[in-house]
Amino acid sequence: MINDSKEIRRGTLGAVQVRFFTFDSLKLESGDKIGPVTIAYETYGSLNKDKTNAVLITHALSGDAHAAGVHEGKDDPGWWDALIGPGKAFDTEKYFVICSNVLGGCKGSTGPASTNPKNGKPYALDFPLIGINDIVNAQKRLVDQLGIEKLLSVVGGSMGGQQVLSWLSRYPQKLRSAIPIATTIRHSPQQIAFNEVGRQAIMADAHWKSGNYYDGPHPSQGLAVARMIGHITYMSDKSMAEKFGRDKKDAGEHFKFTADFEVEGYLRYRGDSFVKRFDANSYLYITKAMDNFDASGGRRFDDVLRGIKAKVMVISFKSDWLYPAYQSKEIVRACKLAGVETTYCEVDSSYGHDAFLLEVDEETYLIKHFLKKIFYAYEVTGDYGA
Amino acid sequence: MIMARKDVQLDHKLIMDLITPQSKVLDLGCGNGDLLYLLAKEKNAHVHGIEIDEQEIYKCVAKGLNVFHGDVDSGLSEFGDKSFDYVVLNQSLQQIIHVDKVLFDALRVGRKVIAGFPNFAYYRSRMQMFFLGKTPVTGTLPYQWNETPNLHFLSITDFKDYCRSKDINIEKSFYIGQSRRVFLFPNLFAQTGIFLISKV
Repeated sequence: MINDSKEIRRGTLGAVQVRFFTFDSLKLESGDKIGPVTIAYETYGSLNKDKTNAVLITHALSGDAHAAGVHEGKDDPGWWDALIGPGKAFDTEKYFVICSNVLGGCKGSTGPASTNPKNGKPYALDFPLIGINDIVNAQKRLVDQLGIEKLLSVVGGSMGGQQVLSWLSRYPQKLRSAIPIATTIRHSPQQIAFNEVGRQAIMADAHWKSGNYYDGPHPSQGLAVARMIGHITYMSDKSMAEKFGRDKKDAGEHFKFTADFEVEGYLRYRGDSFVKRFDANSYLYITKAMDNFDASGGRRFDDVLRGIKAKVMVISFKSDWLYPAYQSKEIVRACKLAGVETTYCEVDSSYGHDAFLLEVDEETYLIKHFLKKIFYAYEVTGDYGA
Repeated sequence: MIMARKDVQLDHKLIMDLITPQSKVLDLGCGNGDLLYLLAKEKNAHVHGIEIDEQEIYKCVAKGLNVFHGDVDSGLSEFGDKSFDYVVLNQSLQQIIHVDKVLFDALRVGRKVIAGFPNFAYYRSRMQMFFLGKTPVTGTLPYQWNETPNLHFLSITDFKDYCRSKDINIEKSFYIGQSRRVFLFPNLFAQTGIFLISKV
């Protein structure tokens, strides 16, 4: 918790729209090629004349390009709207903010549900295996296309943080700073295990049909179960107890295994709403990319980072047991060993992994000051203590 | 010299005078970052801090400092030998669990170490002990026995003996009384001792 939150203002972006960037082909790390590739993206604020104020936001597993503002005629704001907008952490009056849907996703970017140019049908499992580095390579094409030589920062939590680490280790000369949040250099067996259970739930759904379900019913039950497992891992014991307790839902039609408890109802609701907006095959591909990712590329991560000029701020959350603080500390340790200028904060939060979406005041304070320092190239800020 | 600044604490002034411009400085238990900020501003020092208190981390970040949120005791192992010109342990030495380990690690990663701590043998402390029979509460030891974060209660003489026994070289020392420097009988009249030390 941060005590000093007086300076946090809120402003809204208003209507925003999604754009698309298409390029011929992308060579993947596996050696495969895919093309054409379309990347859906949104931008907020405006790029300054020198093109020095661009911040790339990278989204987590279930996120998309719609990070802030609202789409015309709809109410729901973007997934990080609390942090992006006028006067917010990513102040759109100062910075040009970009967020794109990942390669392999299902919200406008090319993914397994997209049409395979070879046969005019959805790719399904003909879609090649992709990695976090491929996702980042596609983002880099977009950033290049926008004419940005150097990003002010790349920022993201969870899988977004993996992308940040990929940028940092592979394109450090393209960044002035990086903010990996609640993330890891590589997944632990526990993280892989949870993803694998999610994938198994999808593949066990009779409607999955080895991925070829696009002309019929989708494997919604499997995907919903995967999402329910995900949601359990995003919360903490404490946040669940606080949110639901052992409260029972209102008595209605009962059979033996109704969702009696609030927590059951919540998970079912989360599962059901997820299947309306997410493609099961994308879930398989993206979780696999997360599991396979290793920012160190098999080397010592500090060796990878040596000589990097970009400044780094690592943020973790105390109750996050899916991406525990020790994993963030490993990033920090490697940065220290490599002599990279680094700041680290472990925010005292009870929200679990979800904290990176919910601890708005703390993140705002840290990000705002950090970005300001990078943007104005201060060593230390001029306004002492402000 | 920046000594014209009145708002700077005396211990910070003395520590600043010890540090040569453009040095690399690591502050263990850097608090709100006031000292590091001054060193960066006035001495063009490259500064890093380690601090356990989350609220203090926010204050450091607001000053644009590089800080690590963590426990000084958990080790400096990730820093190579002599990776800093100075390692500062100002008013944190007495709160560290493993003094020997941290101090020797500090002497390894820094060419020199600056250690500042409250003097337990200050005459007012002695008087409170002797006449009142109570645990002393003074300007630099302001806590009641049940709420003190301090783990070690050492005197200036203790520290000198310690350095001698561990082959630590005391290059310089400064002593501060209630508001000014003390030159005579520091173990009696100083509330704070500041030592510039290095490994022999």
